[in-house]
Amino acid sequence: MVMSLLAGGFVLLPPLIGGLIAGLDRIITARMQSRVGPPLLQPFYDLIKLFSKQNIASNRFHRHYLMCYIIFMIFSGAMFFSGRDLLLVIFAYTLADIFLVMAAFSATSPYSFIGAQRELIQLIAAEPILLITALGMNMACGSFNTAEMFKCKEVLFLDLPGVFFALVFVLTFKLRKSPFDLSTSHHGHQELVKGLTTEFAGRTLGIFELAHFYETVLLLGIIYLFFAPYWWLALLVIALTYFAELVIDNTYARAKIKLSLLWTWALTIAIGGGNLVVLYILGHVRN
Amino acid sequence: MHYDGSSCNGCDIEVLACLTPLYDVERFGVINTGNPKHADILLITGGINTQNVEIVKTIYSQMRNPKVVVAIGACALNGNIFRDCYNILGGVDSTIPVDVYVPGCAARPEAIIDGVVKALGVLEKRYEQLKKGIVPKSVREEKAS
Repeated sequence: MVMSLLAGGFVLLPPLIGGLIAGLDRIITARMQSRVGPPLLQPFYDLIKLFSKQNIASNRFHRHYLMCYIIFMIFSGAMFFSGRDLLLVIFAYTLADIFLVMAAFSATSPYSFIGAQRELIQLIAAEPILLITALGMNMACGSFNTAEMFKCKEVLFLDLPGVFFALVFVLTFKLRKSPFDLSTSHHGHQELVKGLTTEFAGRTLGIFELAHFYETVLLLGIIYLFFAPYWWLALLVIALTYFAELVIDNTYARAKIKLSLLWTWALTIAIGGGNLVVLYILGHVRN
Repeated sequence: MHYDGSSCNGCDIEVLACLTPLYDVERFGVINTGNPKHADILLITGGINTQNVEIVKTIYSQMRNPKVVVAIGACALNGNIFRDCYNILGGVDSTIPVDVYVPGCAARPEAIIDGVVKALGVLEKRYEQLKKGIVPKSVREEKAS
């Protein structure tokens, strides 16, 4: 009962939480650049504006792909917060992203195409560590169900520090922050026009933004799992992680796509995979 | 979204100055985008010449309704000192409908921000019209009628 309430809450709450996070994000970014920045509720104003703009799609399947994107995003988040299998959550999340790529490929713009290809490479870069996170949490907690992980007595971070830091590294991809905002060129403004989102306009862009709110909440939820026994510690770490992402976003120039793939995989294998190996050996020694 | 017509680049630099910490136009929720499909307000500096007339029309037609055009600087208003040149067609309103005119040579950032905020007011009215089902005509429809 509680779990289904949580799942229902996930459908309704993230647009609010994600929007507030995005608003804070813009204000803090502006302050870092010694600007004043927009009002806190600006992302909501933007969203309302986008949904009331005239809609002209360059391909009639465009919107359906994007609808699938947001539906699977909500689905994976609802599964996560209702305590289901973490692997299933990650697979649904990946599927959502694939629909986003298909939406970008369905448009005729070359910028949209390059953006879609880059998004695929970003998926390749980010996917291994997500799976390693699920595996590591299973090893440390004994279950793939997030319900068990939320209830876990130990702080999972102590078992999985390597996995945690590799995941935070990859979050930069997922939150579309520099140096890895390659596919949408979120801050580049001119490069690739707007990459993946070039052909999204009005309502379709609104759907994309809304799905990103859900995505942000889901990803920060995974961070929460690492510190599940102490909710205040978990929220503190989430705030610190997001702040660190903003600092990185504002201080680093864009990385090349090949380099970013190399860095991510090297880090994933070295500290993520290494962490799993150590955990495996320790498990055997203890027994 | 901003486009530099045949301006001397002076007004163009002032447009970008609006984004700097000193003027910070993001206070009003405005950000600069390179994509006409994401844009609501089109800022054009400089007059229209025979080479960029098609580009300006394309950018304007790619923007989704409701949209607002702001002409910035004396050249964008009427061609200014270039108006007698063989290749200059005139101000921005010779090609696309303009809603807000910002004079100056070069236009001051304060004046540009004032123009943008005025444009937001016009945009608000356009949304009301769109809700009632009034869609502004495109450039080509206007020429045909």
